[in-house]
Amino acid sequence: MQWETVIGLEIHAQLSTRSKIFSGSATTFGAEPNTQASLVDLGMPGTLPVLNEEAVRMAVKFGLAIDAELGRTNVFARKNYFYPDLPKGYQTSQMDHPVVGKGHLDITLEDGTVKRIGITRAHLEEDAGKSLHEDFHGMSGIDLNRAGTPLLEIVSEPDIRSAKEAVAYVKAIHALVRYLGICDGNMAEGSLRCDCNVSVRPKGQEAFGTRAEIKNVNSFRFIEKAINHEIQRQIELIEDGGKVVQETRLYDPNKDETRSMRGKEEANDYRYFPCPDLLPVVLEDSFIEQVRGELPELPGEKRARFESQYGLSAYDASVLSASREMAEYFEAVQAACGDAKLAANWVMGDLSSLLNESGIEIEQSPVSAQQLGGMILRIKDNTISGKIAKDVFKFLAAREGATADEVIEKKGLKQVTDTGAIEAMLKEMLDANAAQVEQYRASDEAKRGKMFGFFVGQAMKASKGKANPGQVNELLKKLLEG
Amino acid sequence: MHRLTLAQIARGLAAKDFSAVELSDALLARIQQLDPQLNSFITVTADQARAQAQAADARRASGENGALLGAPIAHKDLFCTKDVLTTCASKILHNFKAPYDATVVEKLAAAGTVSLGKLNMDEFAMGSANESSHFGAVKNPWDLSRVPGGSSGGSAAAVAAGLIPAATGTDTGGSIRQPAALTNLTGLKPTYGRVSRWGMIAYASSLDQGGPLARTAEDCALLLGAMAGFDPKDSTCVDAPVDDYLAALNQPLAGLRIGLPREYFGAGLDARIAEQVLAVVEELKKLGATVKDISLPNMQHAIPAYYVIAPAEASSNLSRFDGVRFGYRCENPVNLEDLYKRSRGEGFGAEVKRRIMVGTYALSAGYYDAYYLKAQRIRRLIKNDFVQAFAEVDVILGPTTPNPAWQLGAKSADPVSAYLEDIYTITANLAGIPGLSMPAGFVDGLPVGVQLLAPYFQEARLLNVAHQYQQVTDWHTRTPAGF
Repeated sequence: MQWETVIGLEIHAQLSTRSKIFSGSATTFGAEPNTQASLVDLGMPGTLPVLNEEAVRMAVKFGLAIDAELGRTNVFARKNYFYPDLPKGYQTSQMDHPVVGKGHLDITLEDGTVKRIGITRAHLEEDAGKSLHEDFHGMSGIDLNRAGTPLLEIVSEPDIRSAKEAVAYVKAIHALVRYLGICDGNMAEGSLRCDCNVSVRPKGQEAFGTRAEIKNVNSFRFIEKAINHEIQRQIELIEDGGKVVQETRLYDPNKDETRSMRGKEEANDYRYFPCPDLLPVVLEDSFIEQVRGELPELPGEKRARFESQYGLSAYDASVLSASREMAEYFEAVQAACGDAKLAANWVMGDLSSLLNESGIEIEQSPVSAQQLGGMILRIKDNTISGKIAKDVFKFLAAREGATADEVIEKKGLKQVTDTGAIEAMLKEMLDANAAQVEQYRASDEAKRGKMFGFFVGQAMKASKGKANPGQVNELLKKLLEG
Repeated sequence: MHRLTLAQIARGLAAKDFSAVELSDALLARIQQLDPQLNSFITVTADQARAQAQAADARRASGENGALLGAPIAHKDLFCTKDVLTTCASKILHNFKAPYDATVVEKLAAAGTVSLGKLNMDEFAMGSANESSHFGAVKNPWDLSRVPGGSSGGSAAAVAAGLIPAATGTDTGGSIRQPAALTNLTGLKPTYGRVSRWGMIAYASSLDQGGPLARTAEDCALLLGAMAGFDPKDSTCVDAPVDDYLAALNQPLAGLRIGLPREYFGAGLDARIAEQVLAVVEELKKLGATVKDISLPNMQHAIPAYYVIAPAEASSNLSRFDGVRFGYRCENPVNLEDLYKRSRGEGFGAEVKRRIMVGTYALSAGYYDAYYLKAQRIRRLIKNDFVQAFAEVDVILGPTTPNPAWQLGAKSADPVSAYLEDIYTITANLAGIPGLSMPAGFVDGLPVGVQLLAPYFQEARLLNVAHQYQQVTDWHTRTPAGF
């Protein structure tokens, strides 16, 4: 049987406000346990929440960026359940009146096609604390530093059809929230977490299959692996005559498998109701327009501009606009050298390889955009060849010079363009290869063509790559004909 | 000295007739001597009181002359007080010392009041008789075999018995006005949002409001002036200027339009109380007021709506008492579920559990629309009734309670009969308007109260009417025998 996968994602993005959503405590990651928990975060009797306006502003930013309907009257609701790291016994969230309503986000698939993914809603809520089960001799420890950290929960429509699409969507959300400056996107620290709702159905069937939810997957790679594993599990289960149960599952990256966390029989009735401690928040037009004015250029807009302004291919434009940092780097290189095509090639080529090999982000690149742009200028004015430039780039990366010019000077990499010097060098080389020269001269046109490459190689080798390739070609032809 | 009102105390302290230390020492001695009969205090903070009294005397010596500087009071035991027990009269908080002061406590301390301790109450403010306290029932000083009303029963009993001149209370469905009526006091529930709820342990957040209980309207005006005001820590607290309540007291009542809702004088009201209330009306007419019959047609739905909304909010508000971070924890829990179940099962009393169950049910999937949403619709109707009524009248007047104080234990077996005692007070909480109860005479030697209701933020008007009435009557000056 042919199966079709249906995936919907819930992404929790931690908003990068300085203080918590309902208290004045700091939100810095990694502080000593319970040092960033105020009376409110501890759920002390008698304490009350006060909404952080910045969290609303960030949510509205997101809503505008995905072209969503905005909830003009925002109501916070209590989601009631007991858990030790949930100090009040309820989580303050939004139920019937989320800040962000229906919107959408376009993703680019591997074959270059663009797919529109519907976003059902995005709502504000507070994070819970953390339960620590190790080092407490059979007891559990509670760290409430994270309790009250603002989250934007972004719920997609079940529009996603494969693990790869899911990853592309999460990457697009990741890029977007970072473009907007509303989330640092640090998945390792849990700033962006993903719950994956996965189901399968026979191809052509309209009704959805029963879904399982994989909780808290925290890397792009794990999202792909967890979903693929879950698809496989469900298909095998059904083909063996079994039934998928609606349940929450956990992905174990060590074993590359998902396993059941809790079944439906333990499902909570969260008894949502409007939080009486918080008044409805009404978004006025002026506020929305002010936030709209603060929006940066978004990934889609940037991609289109890169194509039209710099004449880049759709693929190059999409790679270079994938992250705000990448785009900013590219544009700085472009500005420094005035050549978008070369800038794009270098950023996507040598620079990207370097970053991949060192496992670092473009913000930490050892070669600055100014340095790279300066180097490209030297390619353009023939001071160095493209080949030598690769060496210059490596020296810059190794911090063996502050600028390309300094490296070229220090390492003596300047291209030789003096015709006399090149001619002398070539003559010496041809003398050393007299037999080949004789053979060349005796050959027909077709064979000569092939042999010519040999002499060019020898010449570049003799000049250590510094001879201007154009001049080498021209002089070599003349000397061989001679 | 224990008969003095706050206003008289202010004059006495200013005239150096006595010092704040002398006054608080005298009252502390009285509490020690008399409170065993009443059980109105859960905690007496003698040392702290002496320190505060000394500080007040020092401030006065250096030239300060605030009306509340050196005034002894006490707080209902659900206002958080730093490093002093705040129990909500519950076993689950029997050992809880808040690490901070409630805004009301802080404001009154800043005004120079001397806090003598924390007052008994119904557990988590749930009750109308002050019988649900983990620390035992409070007795009515007018008849020790009777209840003082609730939930601010300790506040009422202590002030009525002359242990303190005034106290703070809270009112969710009548918890200031009803005990005030049953103990011959003046008590005011302000407009929702007038007094900060920060540090006031919540029963039903959308209904709870702190306010004063005292012997006179003038004293309530003094206290409310210090308690009221915007607090950025409470999102439901209203940022509106606080009126000069004292200045408003002396306005003449000529032209005052009083509305008498016919629903307040129907079946269930003790005829003798009705008589007393109408006598108050006659007295006010003499002062120049006019009277009009009005209708609040949705009043009959108030109790069912209240007993959905308040328990629903309570069921969520009380979730934080789970034995994990503070308060009572059961012995040797075997696992998390056991910790929760036994800590809460052993820590909460019967009435609290009943309301948590009712509220949990009302919010459950499948019942939410039928109960919670419907109750909210009724709440809007009740509010609209008042808005319409206040288009025609300045204040609404009626009985505070249908009956005088009842015998201890008389309604314990039948919670609904106790719930019905709040019939006249609950609507003000549902609508959020201010309400005041003042002494209106006696039935069989037991005090009865008359309730005045006014539009939003017109506390000054309520205090004005009560004060003018108290200028020409002396019910409020009567004191219980033996105290």
